[in-house]
Amino acid sequence: MDFNHSDERRMLQDTLHRYLSDNYDASQRANSVGHAQGFSEEIWNDFAELGVIRVLFAEEHGGFGGSGFDIAVVFEELGRFACVEPLMASGVMAGRLLSELGTEEQKALIGDVIDGKLKIVPALEEPQSRYDLDVVETTAERVEDGYRLNGTKSVVIGGPSADKLIVSARGADGLQLFMIDADASGVERYSYPNLDGYHASDIALVNVALPASACLGASEAVLSGLEAARAAGVTALCAEAVGAMEAAKDLTVEYLRVRTQFGRALGKFLALQHRMSTVLIEIEQARSALINVAGHLSAEPFQRDKHVSAAKNLIGRVAQLVCEETIQLHGGIGMTEEYALGHYAKRLMMIDHQLGDVDYHLERFVGAMQRESAREAMS
Amino acid sequence: MDLNYSADELAFRDEVRSFLKENLSQTLSEKVRLGKRLSKADHEEWHATLNRQGWLAINWPEEYGGTGWNAVYRHIFEEELCLAHAPRTMPFGLFMLAPVLLKFGSKVQKDHFLPRILDGTDWWCQGYSEPQAGSDLASLKTRAVRDGEHYVVNGQKTWTTLGQHADWIFCLVRTDPEVKAQEGISFLLIDMKTPGVTVRPITLIDGGQEVNEVFFEDVRVSVANLVGEENKGWTYAKYLLTHERTNIAGVGFSTAALVHLKDVCAKQMSGGKPLLDNPYFAARVAQIEIDLMAMATTNLRMIAKAAAGQAPGAESSMLKIKGTEIRQAINDLTRRAVGRYAMPFVSEALDSGANAQGVGPDYAAAASPSYFNNRKLSIFGGSNEIQRNIISKAILGL
Repeated sequence: MDFNHSDERRMLQDTLHRYLSDNYDASQRANSVGHAQGFSEEIWNDFAELGVIRVLFAEEHGGFGGSGFDIAVVFEELGRFACVEPLMASGVMAGRLLSELGTEEQKALIGDVIDGKLKIVPALEEPQSRYDLDVVETTAERVEDGYRLNGTKSVVIGGPSADKLIVSARGADGLQLFMIDADASGVERYSYPNLDGYHASDIALVNVALPASACLGASEAVLSGLEAARAAGVTALCAEAVGAMEAAKDLTVEYLRVRTQFGRALGKFLALQHRMSTVLIEIEQARSALINVAGHLSAEPFQRDKHVSAAKNLIGRVAQLVCEETIQLHGGIGMTEEYALGHYAKRLMMIDHQLGDVDYHLERFVGAMQRESAREAMS
Repeated sequence: MDLNYSADELAFRDEVRSFLKENLSQTLSEKVRLGKRLSKADHEEWHATLNRQGWLAINWPEEYGGTGWNAVYRHIFEEELCLAHAPRTMPFGLFMLAPVLLKFGSKVQKDHFLPRILDGTDWWCQGYSEPQAGSDLASLKTRAVRDGEHYVVNGQKTWTTLGQHADWIFCLVRTDPEVKAQEGISFLLIDMKTPGVTVRPITLIDGGQEVNEVFFEDVRVSVANLVGEENKGWTYAKYLLTHERTNIAGVGFSTAALVHLKDVCAKQMSGGKPLLDNPYFAARVAQIEIDLMAMATTNLRMIAKAAAGQAPGAESSMLKIKGTEIRQAINDLTRRAVGRYAMPFVSEALDSGANAQGVGPDYAAAASPSYFNNRKLSIFGGSNEIQRNIISKAILGL
């Protein structure tokens, strides 16, 4: 048993940590948040140069990593600096879909993704889909030479800066995925910032004409490909959350040390010490849940998805605790936009709204648990 | 024991309902229901509407233009306003300053300021907290030094709610730095237009600007604007805090928010069915409704006591803690209910009368901002930690 990261991963984490310390302060973050497409070109290119995107891909696809722990070290650092660049969408989710389901021609695009030249973003969810990836009303109509797509995708994170989109649609063959150019005729993007500083788009697809070659994977493989991509995406979100929790905790502990009321430091009040201790215990639980999901990312799908739901549920609960307690322990100052705590608090809460919230994953976990116990009863 | 309102009280409730039906515009109540930021004009419109009816100063004696209602009537009135999604009546002049003036102010101050509060001439704000004096309010440092017939005020206040709209500010200032903290504080009324007063809005994490910093630089204030005696301000402030805590439970706000939440749940789909059909979500909503039912009765128990002439004491701390926890929990569920639409943040769409388009259903835009904004409930008006200290001391005797 060894809970230490390998030397290569530690080096990557250190490099990224140093880079963000030097280059992602409050004003740089404000640049990215304020950018019309929600990212900084410079930062993105640096990520590519540092190998931060490459490490999210397996060697067979031109990367040098791609495991759950590779994703975890990168996203923990991004979370610690409240980074809003859409690396999860492009590097992790779309990357997985391409690796799992892409044709050779489509996989050939991975090189440009790794080099930071191309952003491919999954556009899967719809106004009525809530967190289900298989509730899809977008239609793919078979026409001569290809397909015609119609439908709406909503709150597509990374949408504003996407060069290409991977969209899900329902056709004669069932659920299918298609790669489309983000500025293709019939694709209308309405872009906006999210509360946490990420940017997203609602995307209308109106008679978008596609060649047959735009299709990703055979229809029967689509759902399992989507689940694999979601598992990787959840791993990234959980790591990002743990990084944000650590940062919020550090800010709060420091504040409790320096803020004086009633003639002594806030940190000397027993009631507040105990609450901060609870926060620390829960963050350690979150870190363990992250290790569990990262360590099972390449396990068989049933085990993997059980850990995905366990981690997303637990980390969603802890994220809320950390958000609410760190704001409360700060008092009014924790609610000001000028102070960094709020950025972490908002990100922690918004992570719950990506790829399934606490309740969604609890329900999925219950389903897995019930199937497991039914199986045991049979044998 | 009788859990029901009397016939008179029920008749009064009907009267309030029909008044609201005729006088609260749909435009205004929709803004409140959807959690939009209200403009100064919105607040002033509602203030004037209530004033026309003579239902503005619900805790003032009749001789000064108040309603003279007892605690039960006030409760019924406030609850009906919440349920109808009326704007919150601005409390600073009406419910915070006025009780202090009525009890400790001079006749000249009462005759001058009270009518101006009623007719909306003066918008008041509260100058209590300072950067270094939050929970420990008595450590405030803003100085007022006597110079002939004036005080010269220097210092800074913060978290001044809607101070950007205010004409006047009532302030706690230090007039004697030599004595024990609580004994050197005075209660001063300051015209915001006086030279040396600067207001700087603070942007909060919900993107709104409802609180401010207020700076005082050599601000000259006539001694006529001192309330009561010099160095007795702490006593007046404590008196004010007990008045600030009427309706502290916010049962009406919670009840209205729960109705709104259920409406959202009926419209949001989960797995092809309305969200309230999802047993996980339904359980969360049920849990809160159960808590709120009990809270409503706890609140009425305290109100009955107050109506019988027993002043609310440390019990109001219980109401504040439980009441704010429930309100925050409902905000949390509304955020959860809207699913991924909790993320988009088109700030302009939340502004009163703005044309900016939000994203997703109309009720989604304010879900997360309201969740974050109402983190303030457990921080302001004496944080919930301070309330627990009060309970430990005053009720438990620890």
